[in-house]
Amino acid sequence: MNHPSYLGVFLTFARNSLIRDMTFRANFLIEAVSSVSWMIMNLGFYTLVYRFTPSIADWDKYEFFVFISTTMFVNSLVQAFFMPNAQELSELVRTGGLDYALLKPIDTQFLVSLQRVNWASLGNFFVALLLLGYAVPKIEGFELSVWHFVLYPVYVLLGVFILYSVMITLAATSIWLGRNQSLYDFWFYITNFSRYPMEIYEGTWGTPLRQLFTFVIPILVVINVPARLLARQLGSEQVFLAGFAVLATILSLLGSRWVFRKALLSYRSASS
Amino acid sequence: MYARAQTWWIILKICLEERLVYRGDFALGTLMRFLPIVTQIFLWTAVFASAGSVSIAGYSLEDIIAYYLLTMLTRAFSSMPGLASGIARQVRDGEIKKFLIQPIDLMSYLLLSRIAHKLVYYLVAAGPFALVYYICRSYFPGWPAPEVFAAFLLSLVLAFMLGFFLEASMGMIAFWFLEVTSLLFVYMLFTFFFSGHMFPLDMLPDFWKGVVDFLPFKFLAYFPAAVFLGKIEGDALVQGLMIQAGWVLFFIVSCRYLMRAGFNRYSGFGG
Repeated sequence: MNHPSYLGVFLTFARNSLIRDMTFRANFLIEAVSSVSWMIMNLGFYTLVYRFTPSIADWDKYEFFVFISTTMFVNSLVQAFFMPNAQELSELVRTGGLDYALLKPIDTQFLVSLQRVNWASLGNFFVALLLLGYAVPKIEGFELSVWHFVLYPVYVLLGVFILYSVMITLAATSIWLGRNQSLYDFWFYITNFSRYPMEIYEGTWGTPLRQLFTFVIPILVVINVPARLLARQLGSEQVFLAGFAVLATILSLLGSRWVFRKALLSYRSASS
Repeated sequence: MYARAQTWWIILKICLEERLVYRGDFALGTLMRFLPIVTQIFLWTAVFASAGSVSIAGYSLEDIIAYYLLTMLTRAFSSMPGLASGIARQVRDGEIKKFLIQPIDLMSYLLLSRIAHKLVYYLVAAGPFALVYYICRSYFPGWPAPEVFAAFLLSLVLAFMLGFFLEASMGMIAFWFLEVTSLLFVYMLFTFFFSGHMFPLDMLPDFWKGVVDFLPFKFLAYFPAAVFLGKIEGDALVQGLMIQAGWVLFFIVSCRYLMRAGFNRYSGFGG
């Protein structure tokens, strides 16, 4: 059997999406600007908080800015490549459009996960680059090494994969539920936990919560691991977390693939 | 007069029934909306621990958590999901024509359906709100004095009216620009930051505090919550309520004016 060129197909998807985005250029621009301004407000909030405290859970201002840029990298990638597709999936299930995806001679998960690229979301990616360039040199006692250049992007990507797994698992549940309106809300509330340094989850409630979101649903790993690698000295705890992140990514990807295929088996088309 | 009251009553009843269809989903959604509070509690506990002080901009840790919980309540009054975008959609697809033909005033209809929407919301959300507030009761400083509480309730009602007429005015802009989705998004971001939903506005540096005082947004979330917590007292409280009422009046007039001007411009698209 002839296998389609997955890279070629993906590049075509990306190109088509770009053409579509460029048809409504003003809208594209406004979309990019508004997602950037949302992050700038976030930044404003933390700048405000740091007027009152020298650090939050041992993260000083510039270290925390590195944390925020990491959040922006990961989120902009997830929003650009996977978010529009996950939202589309529940729509495909409801209208029966998934039939067409199943008929195509290509892996269904690949097809429904990457069909559409939302280029406007990458606006935050460049803002994050600027912020990183501004914040990193200001971290006290920081020495840039080759390892930073290699490991940081790798771990950002691993984070993206973990979030993708969570997202596609949630989206796959819409096959069982028929419709999943609160999917997006649920996604927002879950990932809300990942946007803070894991050290803030302390105490009777905090520690179990931290363990839950590190070891069961590994969303705390997503941003914390790359941000720590860049902003902190390499210690034994970091090494452990870095190793664990690799394992967590592999398991999440495999787990979400399993859930997706299981869900597909229960798909019973809709309308005509 | 009687006939008109009857029309309004029927509109209200229909809208009530319409809203009650999805009550289960609704209650669950409300409860989930409190989840971000959990991370806020952890974040601010960490901030206070690191800052080593008991008060930030006049707020203790308990005050700040109580503030976030209260802004959830004030936003339940002042936020109007889908109002402006609904008006914009009706203008775009021509549905708004029916208000030009039928003897029903657009604004009264929208207001009534919104009141029905909110009544159902409070009915369903009362449970989750009471539960969360009860769990978090240790963060509250206790019930305020009766006159402060009365002022708090008044400011909530005014916040509802301000939210409604402000957002309806935004929706009327659709008569001039058909596609207003992105404009509304910017407006939403603005209100989120400057209404005090994100943090107590007292934390802002003087310059920005001055800016915020000139804007109507702080009455949508910050003001009622600060009144409840006793951060605004005496003359400042009376003055604040008067300014809030002033903004409500301003937007009642502006949205009427925009509606008239809009109807004159309107050219009836769609079928």
